This record gives sequence, structure tokens and C-alpha cells, in this order.
Amino acid sequence: MDATGSLISFKLNGESVTTHVAPHHSLVEVLRGLGLHGARESCGQGLCGCCTVLVDGLAVSGCLYLGALVDGKTVSTVEGLEHEGNLSTVQEAFVECGAFQCGFCTPGFVLMATQLLHHNPDPQDGEIRDYLAGNLCRCATYPEIVQAVKVAALKGGGVGLCKPVTDQRGTGQFTP
Amino acid sequence: MSDGQLTPDQVGQSVRRVESRDKVTGRADYIHNLRLPGMLHAKIFRSRVAHGKIVRIDTSMARDFPGVHSVITGEDVLRLIPSPYFGPAFHDQPVLAIGKVHFIGEPVAVVLATDPHVAEEAAGMIDAEYEELPAVFDEIEAMTSRAIVHDELRPAGTFPDLKHLKGRKNTNVALDFKLRRGDVVKGFAEADHVFEHRFTIQPVMHTPLEPMISLGEPDGDGLIIHSATQMPSFVRIEIARLLGWNEGRVRVKSSLLGGGFGAKVYIKLEALAAALALLARRPVRVALTMEEQFYTITNHAATMRIKSGVMRDGRIHARSCEIWWNGGAYADIGPRITQKSGFTAAGPYSIEHVHIDSYAIYTNLPPAGAMRGFGIPQLVWGYESHTDLIARELGLDPLAFRQLNALKEGQEHATGTPMRDAAIDLVLEELGRRMTWGASFDRGQGTVRRGRGIAIGIKACISPSTSFAMVNVSADGSATLYFNTVDMGQGSDTAMSQIAAQTLRIPMDKIKVVRADTAVTPYDMGTLGSRSTFHMGHAMHLAAQDARSKIDAMAQELGLPVRETPIDALFRKKFGMSAGNVVGVGHYTAPYVPVDPETGLSPDITPNWMVGATGVEVEVDTETGHLKVLRLVSVADAGKAINPGIVATQLSGAAIMSLGGALLEHMQYTEGELTNGSLAYYKIPAMHDIPEAMEGGIVESAQATGPFGAKGVGESASFGVAPAIANALEHALGIRITTLPLTPEVIYRALREAEGRALAEE
Repeated sequence: MDATGSLISFKLNGESVTTHVAPHHSLVEVLRGLGLHGARESCGQGLCGCCTVLVDGLAVSGCLYLGALVDGKTVSTVEGLEHEGNLSTVQEAFVECGAFQCGFCTPGFVLMATQLLHHNPDPQDGEIRDYLAGNLCRCATYPEIVQAVKVAALKGGGVGLCKPVTDQRGTGQFTP
Repeated sequence: MSDGQLTPDQVGQSVRRVESRDKVTGRADYIHNLRLPGMLHAKIFRSRVAHGKIVRIDTSMARDFPGVHSVITGEDVLRLIPSPYFGPAFHDQPVLAIGKVHFIGEPVAVVLATDPHVAEEAAGMIDAEYEELPAVFDEIEAMTSRAIVHDELRPAGTFPDLKHLKGRKNTNVALDFKLRRGDVVKGFAEADHVFEHRFTIQPVMHTPLEPMISLGEPDGDGLIIHSATQMPSFVRIEIARLLGWNEGRVRVKSSLLGGGFGAKVYIKLEALAAALALLARRPVRVALTMEEQFYTITNHAATMRIKSGVMRDGRIHARSCEIWWNGGAYADIGPRITQKSGFTAAGPYSIEHVHIDSYAIYTNLPPAGAMRGFGIPQLVWGYESHTDLIARELGLDPLAFRQLNALKEGQEHATGTPMRDAAIDLVLEELGRRMTWGASFDRGQGTVRRGRGIAIGIKACISPSTSFAMVNVSADGSATLYFNTVDMGQGSDTAMSQIAAQTLRIPMDKIKVVRADTAVTPYDMGTLGSRSTFHMGHAMHLAAQDARSKIDAMAQELGLPVRETPIDALFRKKFGMSAGNVVGVGHYTAPYVPVDPETGLSPDITPNWMVGATGVEVEVDTETGHLKVLRLVSVADAGKAINPGIVATQLSGAAIMSLGGALLEHMQYTEGELTNGSLAYYKIPAMHDIPEAMEGGIVESAQATGPFGAKGVGESASFGVAPAIANALEHALGIRITTLPLTPEVIYRALREAEGRALAEE
């Protein structure tokens, strides 16, 4: 099936990569091929958020998003949040608040929380719940996650390690 | 920090999880991530009929599809394993269907290919023809149905008490457990009031977000199984048995689990992964999709009939319970739930006359097994709904009625086992305090009504069972822990590290955990039933004590101050350089007295009792039936918490997960066919489903026989959520619902029916 594939190039967590992609491969499959496991397929329907990846600064479901479509784009995954061995403010807050149990959904929540704080540095509880409503945690660590987002907000989680950039449409996207 | 300095207590501190960094950076190691060189992907072709004889499986198109390595059926498995049936209680589940299929979704054939998409496409090209047989889906119908799921019962040899069931025919009852205490007939005759109710509970699925996965890897004359399993030791024993090998030839490796909740206990995909790898002579990855998990294991649906005789003063004098557990097509661990949870069916109450009949039943549905609570939530749904109905009928306060009847320290449970360190009174008192139960409560008006309700349950820790642990201290004073408890989010790696650090008197950052690998980690019964903190906690404590005493002996031998000389200095002096190890071992088996088969009684049925209570305040919109939990309070007896922070998270997590089963989740079948097997149609709790106010509390208590006074707590907050809500609903609206889940439609229909304006069925 790979015979019909193509070579694509994109920025992955700040580094240029070129890889072979079959037309039916999802972005999660592409990332697996590159050794990144933070985005993971769980429900396979874009409903749980475990496969969350940022493409040009916007969250997508990596299990549904075709890998070939990231050609020429910028892709950010949870692995890119750490800088020189330092956790991002959101990651620190998740650790501090114990905002995970099994951890399988955690990368999706961390990325969404990071994106939320970029757009809204001081979210209220309801805004946090709204923003994270598309991510599922079967261990149900939801109260701790809400707390972690609030702690990260106090510490300026939307800025700092996440450098805001503005694209041509002015949507205020960012690259971690 | 040198050993000579005082190391602060680790046990009892809310230290961060040891794997924290890996989990927030996406680097946590799950079997889900594993790819092996030369690996084949397996895709399963599943039965479309609920019960039938296999007439023909046509695999030709799939075999010819470009890229397919091979197609495997039950016939191929038989060539490798003469009797390829597995299971913890009964050897009834075939690796792939042989001769018959027993439920819709049963694995019938497998396509292997290097490309998973090829395997998936080819699996869709397989065709099978069946001669359909009568099927039965309801647990009550199955008691008398002419449809018999299995031609004969095949109990596993591992449980001597099931031997009498061997070869039994013409029945769907896999196990009937009974408990007889006192004389229930006399008890009912003596009672001033007799109440009887019937409750049902729906099938739900564990839904771990890491879907079930096992890989088989041929390894010389042996086999490695990499599996997202909660029970590496059991998997090894069962695979070795199937293959007729010694256990040493089978190596089972687990890792962090992306959730388990009981879905990954005993043996699930491992036998298939083993057979495929040996047949293909290559590594094979069997990875389920979320949808396929629904066809692999579910919780037990159940029906419970409960009858109580109550005296004028409110004392419960006699109680009889009948529970029918819908086990689906294969027994899995259902018979053990039937027995080991069944004996608590009369609740946490002191009752003179108790009569329990608990039946494990085969039906043509996907197999049911253990899920968080191991059957207790089903029982508590029944007995705590019933308890509330009695209190209401007699005009007694629901909390006071429970307190009056609660088992006290030292009193005999229905099994005859005296209650020890089960803080039922304290838990009820704390629940009442947090709910401000004595204060008046605004029940709303007009179309928005409010109510509050409580429920309490107990669970006996599984027994008998054994845990082993090893502690390896290196010459630099750091230590490595070897044990088979699998961390699936409950924090066992952290708790065991805390216990080892404190016992060895070294800081946490000098401790490293080796994850389950049966080639190096010793036996453990399994990570289930909230048993690990108690059992493995003991084993780890003993192993660390053993290592510490060897270190102290080394100091004595060298003439250095015991306990004050740094560990690295001891090694350097003894071996002339930084070299060597000290290995400590420990194991623990809880005391247990088997139950009398005629009466179900035992003087020592469990090493500890878990106690969990829930209180809720709900608001109901009478125009839509929409119920909102405004406040949820969980209170548990956790003994002495090893890590209070993780305990609190376990409590709220269990409570929210149980909210799913109470309000949202329901596997819906039409003639045995699941119609909502995906997260698009099967909704689990998300951010907006959590109550606005949630709190959890543990009472001041200690398990005298536990390590550092601790006991397990992973299930305690799951016991009472559903009945507390149903009780609150009755308080709000005066309607009683005896089925789950309590969806807006169910509530609205009940409201209309109560008004004499019942809605027509769809």
C-alpha cells in the first residue's frame, strides 16, 4: 500500500523533517514512524483527545488528520513542550497537582490546556471545562486537571515557554 | 543524603508520582508504543451470530490479498495447542472459535500482515457460514432457557472448590453460591415488617483509553508476551499450561497501563498473541480498537431480588438476597465475583438471619468479568436502594436507620467473620457531617426539585492470595525494586517506592522500580481488587526489611556503627571498591479459612474490609427528566494512607467513573448485537459531567494488620454512587427507579407514569 505514498516535509517541534507517507496514513501513524508516542490513538474517532496534535498552532485529532496534509506545515506535539530539560509551566502544574493517573490522555490535556492559556491567560472554571470538554480521562482526574490549569495560569502558563506567533490570518496561533 | 542523617518519613506523605515526568512529556512507556522487528499485525474476524455451529469459514479471498502473510482459524490453533481453552475459573474460552460461536463479536479468524491496514482490509474479506442455534441473552431467562450456551461445564483445576461442576450438562448456571446464616424463614415470621424489591443493573464497559493489546514474540525455545496486563504472573502460568511448557519458557512483560479497571485482569488477548506468534514464527501484535474492547470484556449486568424482615424498632432481623450475574459467553472471573462478592450481598449490617443465593450465568453476550468494585457496585445498587425504601416506608431517617443496623467492630458479618478495622460507623458519621445531614434541605419547587441521598457499601479484600517482592541495594546505596504490581494509574510504583524508601532509610530519589517482567520480577497474584497496597505493601515492606537487616549485619561484621554508616561506605569497605549487592526478599499471604460449601460461612473470609460511602445532592428538571448532581461526597476507610494525595484522586476518580454507570453508560443490545459499541454512542463522563462540588474524605482509622496500617482504596468510592443518586431522586420527586442508568428519558418516563400519564414505549 505504500507504493502510492509521497515524501513530505514539515516542521516537527521546531525541527525540519522529511518522511515517506502513504495517502491513508494518519498523522499519529506518521509521528509513530518518527519515534514520537505522545499522541496516541484510542477511540479512533476523534472523540477522546488522546491523539491531540497542533498543526500550525491549532489542535487537531491526529487519528483522523491525514499525515500527508502536514506537508509544509508546522506540527507541535507534547514532546516539544519541554525546553532544554525543563518542563513547561503547564506540565509543571500537572505534576504539582497530580493531574493524571494512568497518563494515557495526559498529552492531549496538556496541549489543550497550553492552547487555552495562550488564548485566555486567566480562564474561569467554566471556561476551562468548556475548553477541555473534548478530552476524555477515564481515570476521571478532571478536578485535578482543572486545578492544574488554574495553577498554570497563575504562573503565566500561556506565555513564557509558549512563544505566541501570529499568522497571516491573525488568529494568534503559537508554537511551543 | 547519607544514611547517617535522618531520612524523613516517606510513608504518609503526598509525594509526587515517580513517573510524573514521563507522563506529562508523552514519554511514558505503554505496551501500546511497542513495535518489534519483523512484526506482523493481527486483525480479527468476528462472529456475526450469537450462537451457532460453524459450517464453513472461507478465507481464500483474504489469503490471496496482496500483502497478507497468513490467515489463522481455530483449526490452525488446534494443531499447536490440543486443548486451546483458557480462563481463570473455567477453561471454556477458545483462543479462536472451535466448532461453535457463542456471541456476536467472538473472534473466529485472524489475518496477519506486516501492514495493519492490509490485515484489516483482508479480515473484511473473510466469510463464514453458521448453523444458528437458539440463543439466550437475559440472565433470568437463561436459568430455564432451552438455549444452552455450553454443552458442558469445564472448571479450571486451579480452584479445587469448583471440581464438582466438572462435566455438568444442560445448564447455564456456571456456579451457584449460597450463604445460610440463622433461619431466614423464622426471621421473616418474627419480623414486624417485610419488604421485598427487585433491582436490575445494566452492562457497561471499562473503556480503558489504552485499548487492550498483547504481543507475542518467539524467543529461542520460549516465548515473550508483551501485554498490557494487570496480571503478568497469571498470564505466564496460563500460557505455559496451554502450551504444555514449564513456566520458565514463558516470559511476560507488562508496563505502565493506560487504564485497566479490571479489563486487563487474568487472561484476555495473550493466548491469541502466543498462538499467532508461534504459528507465524514471528512477533505478532494483537491490538484492539476501542470498538473491539466492547466485544472482549464487560461488567456484569445483574438482577437482584432482596427481601428484609424489620422489627418495629428499625432493626433488620432477616434478609434474603438472590443475585443473577449475567456472565456472557465465557466465565472469565465471573464465578469468583458470584462467590466472593456474593457473600456481602446483605450489606454492612448486623442481621441475625441471612440467606444468599448468587448465580453465575452463561448467556450469548460478550464475556463479563471483573470491573472496578468486583461486583460490589451491583450489590450496593440493590441493597442500598432497598435500605432507603425501608427507611422511607417506616418513616425513619435514612442515615439513622443505617447507623442503627451497621456492623460494629468485632460483630460477626453474615459469613461468620468478625469485623475488624472496618470503620463503618466512622464513615457514616463523617458522611453525615460533610452532608450537614441534620440541617434542613431546600427541596426546590415548581419544575426544579432537589433531593439528597446516601449509600454505603463494604467489600472484602480478595483472599487467599500471595505477593512476592525483591529489593536490590547497589553498592552506591541506591535500590531497585522488583515486583509484579502493575501501575495503571493507581500509583503503586509510588506507594511501593515510599514503603521501600522508608524501610531502607534512603531517600525516594535513590529508588528505581523495575516494571513487571516475569523473567526477573517474582510472583504476584495480580493487580486487582484493591489488594496491592495491602498484599504487595506487606511483601515490599518485608523485602526492604530483609535488605536493611543484611546491611546492618554488614556494618556489624565490619565493626562500623550500625545504621549510622552510609551504605556506600559499607560496600567499599567490604569489597575494597564500590561493588556488590544486597538483595532482600519478602512475601505475604493473608490468612484465610475456606468457606463451608453448604453454608458459605468462614471465620476468616478476608484480611481486610473496604468501606465506602457516597452522599449526593441532586437537582431534577421535571419538564425534561434531566438530573444534575450538584454535590458529591465520597467518604472511605482507607486505613492509614500511604500517599494521601493519591488516595484523594483515587476516591474522586472512582466516584466520577461510577457516575458514568449511574447516569450515562449502557451497552445496548438488540438480539445479542451491540448497537452502541463506540465512544460516539457510548458516552463516558467528561468535564461537563462532573458535579460542581465534589469532595472526598478519609476517616481516621488504621488497618492493624496492614503495612503501616494501610489498606486498598481504589474501589471504595465506586460502591454507593448509583444508589445514592436513586435515593436522592426519590427524595426530590417521590419516584423510585430500580434500573440503571438514570437517564433523562428513564426519569421522565417514571415521572409521567407516576402522574398517570405514562408515555408509550417506542
